[in-house]
Amino acid sequence: MMKLFRDRIAASKPLVFALCLMPLGWLAWDVVHDSLGTDPVAQLEHRTGIWALRLLLGTLAITPLRRVTGWHGAIRYRRMLGLFVFFYASVHLAIYTVVDLGGFWSQLIEEIAKRPYITVGFSAWLLLLPLVLTSTKGMMRRLGRRWQKLHRLVYAIAVLALLHFLWLVKADHREPLAYMGLFAFLMLWRIPWPALRERVGARIQARPALAKARISPGTAAPYTRQ
Amino acid sequence: MTVRRNPIPAISPSEITPERAYLRRREVLKLLGLGVSGFVAGCGSESAPSATPLSETATPEGKQLAVARKGEYVTDEKQTSYKDVTHYNNYYEFGTDKGDPARTSGRFKPLPWSVEVAGHAEVTGRFTLEDLLKPHALEERIYRHRCVEGWSMVIPWDGISLADLIKRFKPTSRAKFVAFTTVSRPSEMPGLAYPVLDWPYREGLRIDEATHPLALLATGLYGRELPNQNGAPLRLVVPWKYGFKSTKAIVKIEFVETQPRTSWNDAASNEYGFYSNVNPAVDHPRWSQRTERRIAGEGFNLLGNRIQTRPFNGYADQVASLYSGMDLRKYF
Repeated sequence: MMKLFRDRIAASKPLVFALCLMPLGWLAWDVVHDSLGTDPVAQLEHRTGIWALRLLLGTLAITPLRRVTGWHGAIRYRRMLGLFVFFYASVHLAIYTVVDLGGFWSQLIEEIAKRPYITVGFSAWLLLLPLVLTSTKGMMRRLGRRWQKLHRLVYAIAVLALLHFLWLVKADHREPLAYMGLFAFLMLWRIPWPALRERVGARIQARPALAKARISPGTAAPYTRQ
Repeated sequence: MTVRRNPIPAISPSEITPERAYLRRREVLKLLGLGVSGFVAGCGSESAPSATPLSETATPEGKQLAVARKGEYVTDEKQTSYKDVTHYNNYYEFGTDKGDPARTSGRFKPLPWSVEVAGHAEVTGRFTLEDLLKPHALEERIYRHRCVEGWSMVIPWDGISLADLIKRFKPTSRAKFVAFTTVSRPSEMPGLAYPVLDWPYREGLRIDEATHPLALLATGLYGRELPNQNGAPLRLVVPWKYGFKSTKAIVKIEFVETQPRTSWNDAASNEYGFYSNVNPAVDHPRWSQRTERRIAGEGFNLLGNRIQTRPFNGYADQVASLYSGMDLRKYF
């Protein structure tokens, strides 16, 4: 107990877990109280999908957060966030398959094959599977360096999920574009600074004062992609 | 008094009635005079008995209309509630969310209203809403409404036959199409601030489509005046086409010789054709049109809302002949 108390991150995990469940709880409340509006199925789909995407961007925000704040403990929440991405994406898929297509299930295969936005959405969900299956400590140990390579799939998943959102919108692309902008912003933090340094090296070398300021031991520290 | 020039300040040359039409005014007066039936839209007394029993969840706001008769076009399918019809629809001038029109259309002041009639017709000019409607008896028609997005409703509209109205303008042989324009008032329609479509909203029909008996010019729904969010004060209802073909808040009707430009076709011509007849066999490039989610449930009803979409939205018997010999995949 004392140990748990000292390890604040471990102690806060149940709270984060509960927070992650809140969108589902809110949705369940609306289902029970019939307050999902005129087209409840569309609401269920939209809200579970949007939360899967938000949590996905949340997992991608951990690395920049560590960079900026220097708080490396943040990474310990990432697996839980990632598993919730899979959870919401699965609920999203289940609602589409069981509720939305209700009675027309034979349409599912055709939809996945023929509709680009469903193809990419379904692909994103499929790509989540290996990440979920290798999310345990044992699998991390067993896979070693390959684990990190495998988990870079998250970038592909994010791109597919964003395309899924963009392509299903009829004309007003502001909302998906906002999420794409957020994703781009989070990716900017992953630009490998040493490589960038080489590329703009000539320019920096031409201005030694600037070079000195930029290439400090801190920025050259090893970083984790993702 | 029937057709009357509405006193509108700053009339541009394009709005001035052609001389020919002016000279024929007596003829027009006579024609319209014969059609007066005694029922006038928007003048129904508040105490008049409701023409249609409102759904339990209805929260009607509009003035009750004097609906002369139940039209012959009805369906026994379960009607979508008044609340759902008026709180879930697309009307991008008020915002792109389907809840936006009900939320943001309060500042729109539809009355007084006038419509400009132009192009290849013997009678053109600007007409007040009252004059447009006066000779016609309002009738109720219960139509299926199928949105291109894949949801549908069943709506009891009140209105007049578009064909009957068009006859009064005497379109000439050069009138091959009818173009409709929706009002554009940025100060009253917040959605216009964002160029999601090329405003003002434009739609069009072939003349034989526009004069088909199913084409309705609606002024009300559920026996009440149209709420702002549903296209007040005057909108088109073309039940065999996807919903966006049914122009709302019409300010201009023009008889033209060539196929007019239409807003959604301009925005994405590969996705939204000029005809846009409901057709389960021709998919939207991004989604299927084989089935639809019917919004007609009251209370909690998640499963079993999906139904098969029918050719021409179930009006094939009436309208399929308009397109005989046409490749509906090409002219989607």
